[in-house]
Amino acid sequence: MPQPLDYLKETPSQTAGPYVHIGLAPGAAGFDIYARELGWDIAGPEAPGDRIRVEGLVHDGTGAPVKDVLIEVWQADANGIYPHPEDPRAQDVAKGFRGWGRVITDFDTGLWGFDTVKPGPVKGRNGRMQAPHVSLWIVARGINLGLNTRIYFADEEQANAADPVLNLIEQQHRRATLLARREMRDGKPLYRFDIHLQGDNETVFLDI
Amino acid sequence: MKPAEYYQRDRLWQPPQFTPNYKTSVPRSPRQALLSLENTISEITGPVFGHGDIDPIDNDLIKNYAKTGDPIGERIIVHGRVLDENGRPVPNTLVEIWQANAGGRYRHKKDMYLAPIDPNFGGCGRTLTDENGFYFFRTVKPGAYPWRNWVNNWRPAHIHVSVFGASFVQRLITQMYFEGDPLIAKCPIVNSIPDPRAIEQLIAPLDMNAAIPLDSLAYKFDIILRGRRSTLFENRLEGN
Repeated sequence: MPQPLDYLKETPSQTAGPYVHIGLAPGAAGFDIYARELGWDIAGPEAPGDRIRVEGLVHDGTGAPVKDVLIEVWQADANGIYPHPEDPRAQDVAKGFRGWGRVITDFDTGLWGFDTVKPGPVKGRNGRMQAPHVSLWIVARGINLGLNTRIYFADEEQANAADPVLNLIEQQHRRATLLARREMRDGKPLYRFDIHLQGDNETVFLDI
Repeated sequence: MKPAEYYQRDRLWQPPQFTPNYKTSVPRSPRQALLSLENTISEITGPVFGHGDIDPIDNDLIKNYAKTGDPIGERIIVHGRVLDENGRPVPNTLVEIWQANAGGRYRHKKDMYLAPIDPNFGGCGRTLTDENGFYFFRTVKPGAYPWRNWVNNWRPAHIHVSVFGASFVQRLITQMYFEGDPLIAKCPIVNSIPDPRAIEQLIAPLDMNAAIPLDSLAYKFDIILRGRRSTLFENRLEGN
């Protein structure tokens, strides 16, 4: 017998279930317990950049909205800097910028949305730039392991065309499932991003 | 030497998305293959939390929502470590939990189970691991409860656990079960995990050494997050 490899195994995932809000957003579950709920302010009031809103629905395979989904977002600031010690430029990140948010739905409609600043491009592997994007992690009842995907911005045509992740998607028509569509509402930019868990327009999900 | 990529997730150890005995997974599971990515800076970074984000009482579910007295139920300590696949502690990481009360009822506007709400129990807690990856909570043992799947499905007693780790790729939500519960083997959600050894990893043993005599029993639950390589021959993760 060879020597044993003594790695541990990653703890298996289990669904977040229908009551995930109790733990991660208790106000939405209907009670007030923490002095500060986390994840409500992604960019802070002072970070420079384009102030945008992103909204959408998550659809199940029958086309119905998933009303109990919870999404976490992670993004760089407008200069493409992550507020994390492993970003070599972290000391220059925008003041007050957290980069992380927790997004819940309207329980009646399933609509979710968040306000932030539009992220800048960030460096990818081997020096290739990645187009501006927001990383998502999606959990809900019926999802056994959190789903990862990315939001790209449809109006970043040139950067998207060169993005190494979008270009990895073999079926070209599926790349559009990661593009948020720019609209205007009350004079402010709004990006619409619908997620399809299954079906003809199934969103491209990532194994990161 | 600086740490580089995270180990690929073992998708034979993790539950698949499509597990038809857990019915809600049927319309909510992707059918196309995932796109496998090599890590970039977007994946090896993630949110950072500090003691300014939480309060010390947040890890005490017996006291953090008490109004007229302590909640009803079996008093327990849940403690353990957050480690990575290399066995290294994951320090200063946010651990959040939520659970039903001792009667199996959640404090949630969507839970209609007939067991009563406990006026002194909220059902959520959070803490940061210490520099060696240790965490602990005090709570009451949650009750089993019925759920709509087949008409007579019951969830084993469980506590939901959410952990961040140091990067977006380590983010994990799971459920902790209790040693000796006969409902574990019957649960379609538990059985979404194909490997019985992986299921055992979710069952917390009774830990009499951590029990507080004349006060609380204790269960130990270690959480393992993805590890990362640290070799001289790393790929050019950050380029150039």
